[in-house]
Amino acid sequence: MTSTKTMIKVGIADVKVAQSLSILKTAGLGSCVGIVLYDEDKELAGLAHIMLPDSKASKNNKNVFKYADTAIDWLLEELLSKGSRRDALKAKMAGGAHMFSFKSNELMKIGERNIKSVHSKLLDYQIPLLSEDVGGSKGRTIEFDIETSMLHIKTINGVEKVI
Amino acid sequence: MKRIEDFSLSDFDVLQEVGNIGASHAATALSQLIDRKINMSVPSVNCVDFNELMEIVGGHEKNIVSISLQVEGDVPGSMFFVLTPEEAVVLAQQVTGDSSIGVYHLQDHPLTQSALSEVGNILSGSYLSTLSDFTKLQMQPTVPQLSIDMAAAILMQGILEISEESDFALVIDTIIREEGNWNESVTGQFFFIPDPDSFSKIFHALGVAGS
Repeated sequence: MTSTKTMIKVGIADVKVAQSLSILKTAGLGSCVGIVLYDEDKELAGLAHIMLPDSKASKNNKNVFKYADTAIDWLLEELLSKGSRRDALKAKMAGGAHMFSFKSNELMKIGERNIKSVHSKLLDYQIPLLSEDVGGSKGRTIEFDIETSMLHIKTINGVEKVI
Repeated sequence: MKRIEDFSLSDFDVLQEVGNIGASHAATALSQLIDRKINMSVPSVNCVDFNELMEIVGGHEKNIVSISLQVEGDVPGSMFFVLTPEEAVVLAQQVTGDSSIGVYHLQDHPLTQSALSEVGNILSGSYLSTLSDFTKLQMQPTVPQLSIDMAAAILMQGILEISEESDFALVIDTIIREEGNWNESVTGQFFFIPDPDSFSKIFHALGVAGS
């Protein structure tokens, strides 16, 4: 990666859209999932860092960036409004780890449920998921290089994966 | 229910006292365990969003050692005892008397891991039992889990219950530090993050009616 690229940080429960010569980054994904929707021709991409699978399961769900369903809706609209065609969009994702084992309730399987929710949302919109690095029990930091459409994934072991 | 972001300064004072009571006994327990003098900071009580919470521990990506547990009973919530890997090593060395323990032992050395989990267990147990005696509320810790990973990856899963209904967490944060040489001293940070429903019970038990 060259130093001329701008790093755009995406926080927890946050979505950012950027154009080429930018790198979209989100750090410390555990059970959370990072979803990239991108348009290779227009060199336009967005990254959402979602925490929970379903906005309909919460009473206080005004923060649309927190949930897989509403964050993907928002991200898609944003990309379309910036000139992307829906059939040009592709997706990559990472995250959804299972960090703790001390609880057996549904909340602790949140990583798995986040992954499923993203899958079904992408299927609804017919957006192809080209690659993913999900599950396991380790945190991930991810960077999406818009120019190359590659998703770089780091864990604390220092090994970088590129998908 | 009053929202966390609407708490008054006097509510924060009450919660600071909660941290004071709990952490001072935890500090005493640690002091007895490693036979050294332990000091503690005045607890800070902050209402933070998820990204700000990560800044308290040094950033989303910061590599931390966390002994995490859930609090069950009348006041459900999450508790974390957070150390840097270097601090965790010093603590493990002191508890086991084995000075050959290094950072690489944190990932896969069963004795190091169980020593640290046990310290977390004793400290959080002492924090909670003191608080429980004082408030007459039931608080039981689950078996603690030791993790070495990025701060955001660990802490976010710990506060999922809060995140379902709120974008803010109220964090009672206390630093305990061994007296003396800073390079070789044990410093750890206690985080107690009660679930939103727990606050009214704490206030009520401590005789603060306003909330």
